Amino acid sequence: MTVRIQTADFDLSTEIAALRSGDLEVGAIVSFVGTVRDMNDGSQVNSMELEHYAGMTEKALAAIIVDAKSRWTIHQALVIHRIGKMLPGDQIVLVAITGQHRGEAFAACEFIMDYLKTAAPFWKKEATPTGEHWVDARSTDDEAMERWQKR
Amino acid sequence: MKLQLRFFASLREGLGLSEELVSVPASVGTTAELRTWLMQRGEVWAQLLSPERSLRCAVNQHIAAENIALSDGDEVAFFPPVTGG
Repeated sequence: MTVRIQTADFDLSTEIAALRSGDLEVGAIVSFVGTVRDMNDGSQVNSMELEHYAGMTEKALAAIIVDAKSRWTIHQALVIHRIGKMLPGDQIVLVAITGQHRGEAFAACEFIMDYLKTAAPFWKKEATPTGEHWVDARSTDDEAMERWQKR
Repeated sequence: MKLQLRFFASLREGLGLSEELVSVPASVGTTAELRTWLMQRGEVWAQLLSPERSLRCAVNQHIAAENIALSDGDEVAFFPPVTGG
């Protein structure tokens, strides 16, 4: 289980290689990469600034991974989330899971991402042609998280 | 009781404050009482911490989903709903 908060970009191939290294029981690797869109809620996005609550962020993400591991049989879980200034097209977040079978790895990856969206203390501020503004939380993210509670 | 306060994102910007060490009176024993007490600091505080604002609270870096009791030395954070990922 690894959680990294960093300003630097990441390389998916390098991270996956390290995550699966030496584990020949692994038969499934699932990853999700979130990127900065150039449009959000109908407005052009020039850049984005990501703020977080240092200390709590790491604890919250570690707790989400522990929860995922209690629900599904997976081997390794990695979450990388970038902070600071980013431009459209930039990678923001990576969730990668290794396991023996795809079903559990897919589910764990989606669960971690859904929980991250609603429980990890990150905030986005977008710079648009009309000025800067903080991004509003989406009710669809809450709904995505809540469906896991029914299972 | 002394508390370490933390504010983030739009709340931090609105208050012009990211953290503060405060001594609260005996009447402040819970997260809800702390929020009400802070609202009495002035117009900006009353507005930004108003119950109509959907704010989250964390105590010692764990989300406090409900009103919970505070202890001396606690770190209490207030912030808007999160928007990471």
